Order: sequence, then structure tokens, then C-alpha cells
Amino acid sequence: MTGADVLLLALGAVAVGAGVLVVTTKHLVRAGLYLVVCLGALAGDFLVLSAELVAWVQVLIYVGAVVVLLLFAVMLTRAPIGASDDLDRPGWPAALIGGGAGLGLTALLVDAYRWSTVTLPHAGTAERLGEQIFQSWVLPFEVLSVLLLSALVGAIVLSRPDIGRAAPHRDGTAADLVDSEPGGRR
Amino acid sequence: MRPVIPYVTAALLFGLGVYGVLRRRNAVLVLMSVELMLNAVNLILVTADTTARAVLPHSGQVFALFVIVLAAAEIGVGLAIVLQLYRLRATVAVDDVPLTESPDPVTGREPAVVDSEAGR
Repeated sequence: MTGADVLLLALGAVAVGAGVLVVTTKHLVRAGLYLVVCLGALAGDFLVLSAELVAWVQVLIYVGAVVVLLLFAVMLTRAPIGASDDLDRPGWPAALIGGGAGLGLTALLVDAYRWSTVTLPHAGTAERLGEQIFQSWVLPFEVLSVLLLSALVGAIVLSRPDIGRAAPHRDGTAADLVDSEPGGRR
Repeated sequence: MRPVIPYVTAALLFGLGVYGVLRRRNAVLVLMSVELMLNAVNLILVTADTTARAVLPHSGQVFALFVIVLAAAEIGVGLAIVLQLYRLRATVAVDDVPLTESPDPVTGREPAVVDSEAGR
């Protein structure tokens, strides 16, 4: 056991423990905060595994942006503040499939790698990863930028209900837009 | 460095994500569980980058970056869908959504909203 192993074990235990709390807690907001702990521990894992750039991107995008978006959604859907009992469905099929997937993958990977050791490669700094992305992976990179743009447009179209309904309204056949506004229905 | 430790961590996290997706009723919690699964895949990719010596160096880390971008796009669209569901139904419980009905083509109004309001 080297120092890297001890660090990986500790961070992995933190990540799995926080993951358990994410899927079992009865507090909606606390689930988001436990998710921060889990993602932060995984970022530490990435650092130990010499993936510097991925670790900082993980902190920036996941902990900084995705969790904040999730907490915004918790607030916008008027989630209860305290503990709520109706967050779960009956558990045994989920436990069966989830436990089967997790333990099956664990058995597969333990059988494949046993207790072998590898030496860590060069650190994945921004310079090395940038060389790889812009030499070998330029086309997927560009496709991803198109995908991000389409996701942005899709999210805007989805969250504005007046965009999709503008066409029938122009014919005069649809109900007026004020009636179909979401605010009037609550 | 023993690669079995992060691999087992990733496998357990993936199982937890599967469990959360199937167990949770709240759509926001389902999205959080999906994030857990995507992060398990990221950990697998980064660990594989250290264990396997590929022709192109650091391919696993590049793929992990790509997966992070995909997750960001997924969470944006997913939250837009969840908020739209909340606007239509005033609930985000995923098993309250019947999959068999279609919205009224003229007004675009969901028939179940009227039914559920009359039922209460």
C-alpha cells in the first residue's frame, strides 16, 4: 500500500458514502449537498490518478454549475424544506437491479485486475490534453460544440411554452395565449 | 498505484446511481442519480487511462472531458423538461405521469390536468 493507494481508498470511501446518502436521504436539499461531497471526492480521485485538468474541470462544471442548477430546480419546483416521506417508490426491484449492477461490475473488475500495481503515467496537464484534443480529437470536439448549441436551443424552446404555440394562435383556431399561460393554471 | 481501488469505487457508484434512478420518485433526485452514474463512468475512463498504455496518450482523460460536456448538456435539457412538467402538472413525481395520453392538438392543453383538478 503506497500513499496513493491510501488516498484512493479514503477518497473512494467518502465518494461511495456520500453516494449512498444521495440516494437514501429524505431531505431533497441535503441530497444536492451530499452530491457536492461525492463529486468533490471524485475530483480528488482524479488528482491522485494524475488527471489534473479533468479534476479541475470536474470542480468547475460539476460542483460549480451542475449542482447549482440542480439546487435551482429544487427551489423552482417548490420542494419541501424538511424531510419528506414520498420521495421513494417501493425498493426491492431497485435494490435488486442496482445491487446486481454494482456488485456484478465489482466482481468483474476485481477479477480482471486483482491486486496488481501500475505506475502512474505523466500528469494530464492542460498542455498535454490540449495537444491531444486539438490534434487527434478535433472532430469530436467540434461535434460536441454543435451538441452544446443544440442543447442550449432545446432548453430555451422547452422552457418557453409560447414558442411552440405561436403557430396555431396565428390561424385564430387556438385558445388565446393568456389562457394557456402556465401561471393561470396553478 | 493499485487500479482495483478506483475501479471498485466506480462500480459501486454506478450501482448506487442505478438504484437511485429506479428508487426515487422526484425527478430532480432522478437527475442527481444520473449524475452519479456519469461520474462513475468518468472515474472508469480516467483509471483506464492510467492502466492501459494506448497508442494515443491521455485518450481516457479526453473522453472523460467529453463525458463531462455531455453531462452538462444533459442536465440543462433535463431540468428544462422537469420544470415544464412542474408547470403542466404541479408535481415532479415521475410515476404520476401517464405515458399513454397525448395533449389536445388544438389548445395544446394536457387532458390529465383537467382530470386531476376535477378529481381533487
